Amino acid sequence: MLKSFRIGGIHPKENKLSAGRAIQPIAVPAQVIIPLSQHIGAPCQPVVKKGDKVKVGTLIGKSVGFVSSQIHSSVSGTVLKIDKALDASGYKRDAVYIKVEEDEWEETIDRSESLVSESAFTPKEILEKIAAAGIVGMGGATFPTHVKLTPPPGTKAEVLIINAVECEPYLTSDHQLMMEKSDEILVGITLVMKALNVQRAIIGIENNKKDAVALFTQKAKAYPGIAVEALKMQYPQGGEKQLIDALIRRQVPSGALPISVGAVVQNVGTIFAIYEAVQKNKPLVERVVTVTGKEVQRPCNLRARIGIPLTTLIEAAGGLPESTGKVICGGPMMGKALASVDVPVTKGTSGILIVPSPEAKRKAMNDCIRCGKCVEVCPMGLNPTLLMTLTEYGVWDKAEKNAITDCIECGSCSYTCPANRPLLDYIRLGKGKVNGIIRARKN
Amino acid sequence: MSVILTAIATLGAIGAGSAGILYLVSQKFKIEEDPRIQDVLDTLPGANCGGCGFPGCAAFAATCVKAETLEGLNCPVGGQPTMDKVAFILGQTASKTAKKVAVVRCSGSCDERPRLNLYDGSSKCSIAAALYGGDTGCSFGCLGLGDCVEACTFDAIHINPATRLPEVVEDKCTACGACVKACPKDIIELRKQGPKSRRIYVSCVNKEKGGVARKACNVTCIGCGKCQQVCPFDAITIENNLAYIDDDKCRLCRKCVAVCPTHAIIELNFPPRKETPQSPKEEEATITA
Repeated sequence: MLKSFRIGGIHPKENKLSAGRAIQPIAVPAQVIIPLSQHIGAPCQPVVKKGDKVKVGTLIGKSVGFVSSQIHSSVSGTVLKIDKALDASGYKRDAVYIKVEEDEWEETIDRSESLVSESAFTPKEILEKIAAAGIVGMGGATFPTHVKLTPPPGTKAEVLIINAVECEPYLTSDHQLMMEKSDEILVGITLVMKALNVQRAIIGIENNKKDAVALFTQKAKAYPGIAVEALKMQYPQGGEKQLIDALIRRQVPSGALPISVGAVVQNVGTIFAIYEAVQKNKPLVERVVTVTGKEVQRPCNLRARIGIPLTTLIEAAGGLPESTGKVICGGPMMGKALASVDVPVTKGTSGILIVPSPEAKRKAMNDCIRCGKCVEVCPMGLNPTLLMTLTEYGVWDKAEKNAITDCIECGSCSYTCPANRPLLDYIRLGKGKVNGIIRARKN
Repeated sequence: MSVILTAIATLGAIGAGSAGILYLVSQKFKIEEDPRIQDVLDTLPGANCGGCGFPGCAAFAATCVKAETLEGLNCPVGGQPTMDKVAFILGQTASKTAKKVAVVRCSGSCDERPRLNLYDGSSKCSIAAALYGGDTGCSFGCLGLGDCVEACTFDAIHINPATRLPEVVEDKCTACGACVKACPKDIIELRKQGPKSRRIYVSCVNKEKGGVARKACNVTCIGCGKCQQVCPFDAITIENNLAYIDDDKCRLCRKCVAVCPTHAIIELNFPPRKETPQSPKEEEATITA
């Protein structure tokens, strides 16, 4: 019996169309736009100005505040301007426009493919390198990694959990990365274990990636303390709290962080970025992006520099099909529909999903029939229909009592609702309002 | 016969006993309430809209009675007459507040502001605003999904299906501010109603540079500053490429309306202009305005 989380969950059709496609590097276009806000937390301050020459890896955005992350140039060339640009958030925000010339890298970066498994860095040095490289959670949440790896005073990490679940349908970027860079990932895990001073790490992989499970089980034997666990195919297995429950049978209390039960969860893509940052001095300037969709000519996994427009990636996959109804940045469950494909790839872009128009349309909403399916599937044990109603009527105190802020926005409730009610839309709205009220109360 | 008498006597005794207990309890736990609170409450319109900033009319009445002065206390629904009556009851003087009315500061109708994509999500402005900047090139303008309409308890604001913009019914609007709070884009503002309901305001909230804003919408404020130059009363300020008319300083001369190149400044309820415009450019501006 495969391990899984204990409350709720669904199993949407996997549709991993791009599985097994080797990661292809994508050519850099004539101009890139690098947003100065690619992470959760304060946006970066630009440290370059118009006309400055930059190389790949040159710092262009300095982090301000504790929860923030550095941003580096992903290309070499000249800074055209610092101006507002539309990004995947749907709004125009500050970004650095760079005209691409040649492909010069900063001299400190080791560009060889060879594996560097030895590391003499102290935990503090590792954390500093992670912060300097601007690494954020690559699963899509984009929380600054160095913050996550610095447990608050009074807490102690006991186990490192590697999130290699990739439970989102369609997406295969993590899977392919695992197949191609297994050694690097394992070295990356040892680095993070050292930084956190933990002796145990568990890699959680959903069982639809049997090849990855086999590969890592075999290779992890050489690394003491690292275990591999195949997990049941159940969404949202890759949710942080769900994964902790599945692997070590501990439940993170309402409103608390995973560290409160001694766990630190890192995405497998983040681990690879950490390896490159620490062992190769390479800042986070590129990532693997899945471009997929039922009518897409060549669903593929691409290695794209940050700041490349999504249109370039879509071209590489055979262009936008005529039937396109919606383009989603991320996966179908948690991704966000885009208003324009002329937005840049950012650190959190895990995939581009192109949905044909009949599927893209929302179905007409009906009245709630009190079937309770949303309650059954909610992995956080919430009552989605109640939370939606409370938000509709603005009853914020009751919404807070019913733990609306615990919602992980996985969308299982909306997916399963037979009346097509937009449960998550409302809950997300209410969650934002209640979080605002809580913040106002604290100040 | 005696059964009936016994029953009457028993029930009568229970009734009298209970009445006595109730009387004693009501005396013992009596709450002294200022009778003026009820008087003030009777004067208030009873809309319970929260426009005064208090939870309902009863709370407002209690605050008025407790307050030392009526400075800053105002019932937007009842307006000056109601506040004068309240002041009379309390033996104080009401602060003079000009009647306000909600204005929608966006003129980006379907003709002026072309739609670039199709929004298919929940029909609620606040949800759409959390997702993206809207289905036009302007991420500041009205989304047209009617959160303000839903918030209004006086049926004073409606979406015009032709323009997809909300329109305020001035007679019904009480300036309670519910729509201002509901709008996620901060488009609606409470402004002085003005003499004979005459008002001038900048009907735009776009803070982008002129060229960018103009690309998205024909009637956007481009922050050119012409209105600021022409204003004799120093009522116009320009901040973040956006003009704002201070309704305390504005004397309704309409000079700014005539010079605005994008017709972003709106004049309401004015009689047609008499003087002949000097240049064809101004003529055009006058006619459209």
